[in-house]
Amino acid sequence: MESSVATPPAGPPPRMGPPKSSNDAVEASAAWRLSDRIGLAICWALGLLFCAIAVAIVLYLMVKGLAYLKPSMLVTPATAGFSQSQSGGFSDALIGTLIVAVMGISIALPIGIGVAVWLVEYGRPVALARIAESTIEAIAGIPSIVLALFGTVIFSSTALGFLSRTSEGVVFGRSFFAASAMLSLVALPLIVASTREGLNAIPHHVREASYAIGKTKIATTRRILLPAARPQVATGAMLGLGRIIGDTAIIVVLLGATQNFAPVGGAFPINYLRGAGTTLTNFVYEASPTGNLNQPEKAYAAAFVLLLMVLALNAAVDVIHRRARKVGTWSS
Amino acid sequence: MEFVTTPPPPIRRLELEDTPAATQVAPPAAGADGNGAAASGGFTGARRSIGAPQFSIRRMEIDDVSISYADRDAVKGVSLPVRQGEVLSLIGPSGCGKTTLLRSLNRLTELTRTAKLTGRILLDDVDIRQIEPTLLRRRVTMVFQQPNPFPMSVFDNIAYVLREQGSRRQRKKALEPKVYSALERAGLFEEVKDNLDHPALKLSGGQQQRLCIARGLAAEPEVLLLDEPCSALDPQSTQVIEDLIVKLRDDVAVVIVTHNLQQAYRIADHVAFMYLGDLVEYSSATSLFGSPREKRTQDYVSGAFG
Repeated sequence: MESSVATPPAGPPPRMGPPKSSNDAVEASAAWRLSDRIGLAICWALGLLFCAIAVAIVLYLMVKGLAYLKPSMLVTPATAGFSQSQSGGFSDALIGTLIVAVMGISIALPIGIGVAVWLVEYGRPVALARIAESTIEAIAGIPSIVLALFGTVIFSSTALGFLSRTSEGVVFGRSFFAASAMLSLVALPLIVASTREGLNAIPHHVREASYAIGKTKIATTRRILLPAARPQVATGAMLGLGRIIGDTAIIVVLLGATQNFAPVGGAFPINYLRGAGTTLTNFVYEASPTGNLNQPEKAYAAAFVLLLMVLALNAAVDVIHRRARKVGTWSS
Repeated sequence: MEFVTTPPPPIRRLELEDTPAATQVAPPAAGADGNGAAASGGFTGARRSIGAPQFSIRRMEIDDVSISYADRDAVKGVSLPVRQGEVLSLIGPSGCGKTTLLRSLNRLTELTRTAKLTGRILLDDVDIRQIEPTLLRRRVTMVFQQPNPFPMSVFDNIAYVLREQGSRRQRKKALEPKVYSALERAGLFEEVKDNLDHPALKLSGGQQQRLCIARGLAAEPEVLLLDEPCSALDPQSTQVIEDLIVKLRDDVAVVIVTHNLQQAYRIADHVAFMYLGDLVEYSSATSLFGSPREKRTQDYVSGAFG
């Protein structure tokens, strides 16, 4: 619509002074070359496409999941049955996921933080540090099914028989212990990378300020560096947790193809941890149309629960970072 | 074409101890256009008077100290006294070794793997290499160029210094008097007393730097090292910190590295001019700026290089 205000007829007036606000990027891009504008349009399109895919997955699983998920499924274990309504729920799988997550992260977190602190704060001898770095990168690159296979070799050895079911000298090598140990390797590189990033972001003079009032390296690391890197450590832990609860290969190979806990001898928590079990990913795999159980409705329900867990982890990362921003950081 | 080689006269002088410090514009130098003033670098214009030291006790003795990194010598055979009751200022162009020398006083240079030190540094007549580093660094504390409070509350920043290494022992209540007195000595208590549990990194730059000074004072050191403490601050915060430094000189020996000649002139009792690792000249501030003995000093303070 033309305004009645008199404007110079030929072309827009030359711009005087700075732009009115910094968010008129669209107006500015109108002056770009055609190729740049096409590039911008492609970026926009790809960004929107990506959002659309994510939203589609979440919405689809939400619709399906909410349709099939019944609260009773969360509290009843799977049982043998002829129809989907008779075969119980997936409470064992849900609890199994939680067990694996807690055990896996409690192995990976201290080791990961320790490795990262050593790499950033000590890192001597240099050759050893380089080797450690490459090793962690290598672990990050190994497919989890390969880790799982390797795990069967380790945990079937007689020396580690106390961690899983043993019968007449044969070690089964399948237990929550075995699965959690290998799953911690999946989370480890993420925790190391994230913690290193956090430690590297702390200016050097902050460390020196702590040494310069007579603090030791250990005190500085405990009281200054790790608290300052806490948001990144937490991010690494959350990403690692996401990987642990999302992993299927290690569960199938090292935890067992059962849908229920299979406790073996020993005192209460240990008997379950030494036995085989299942997790939500395993349940989804088995319940999917191609799996042995073939209960697609429950697969959707379980997948929805899994998705909720991962979304909750993402939200937790967000909260941690927002809280860290309140504490502030050093001007560089 | 004629260039102005004389820096502007100091804009401020500190009065004697019994009169409050006041900001004054210095009167133009009497002989600003004469030969004498040009030769003396223009610092004679306003008579500097932070007051002669009431006393001076030798705390540290730098004795023929040379420091070298892997590929170069940073400090070459420097000898200097560090006295309580005085402010010692190290000046010189970038890379002249003044910060390295400062860092060697509490053995921070040892954190640099390649740094090597020869000569002796004495603290109260004891070679600092015979003092356990963490103990030494509590007796000789340091404040850095960038304000770097720790990412915790204002209170905890000071409490961290007072507590044993990484422990959390000694509850808040028990530490309160010492924390308050450290903040008071750094002239920060009035400003932060209501927000002691606020994150220290949310303070203003000048407040952060005074918190760092308070942190250094909380260890009750004999010597306080300041590495260009005002270079990241605005003029107002700088003035507050300069006043503070002058006030502190009676309790601790103060060594300050500064790029700012005016600052050295305003607050230092003795000035050491370093150039390329050598100690070129060491004398009282008035004589170093007023009548430098060395040609290099004269060139530097008159702004010919640097």
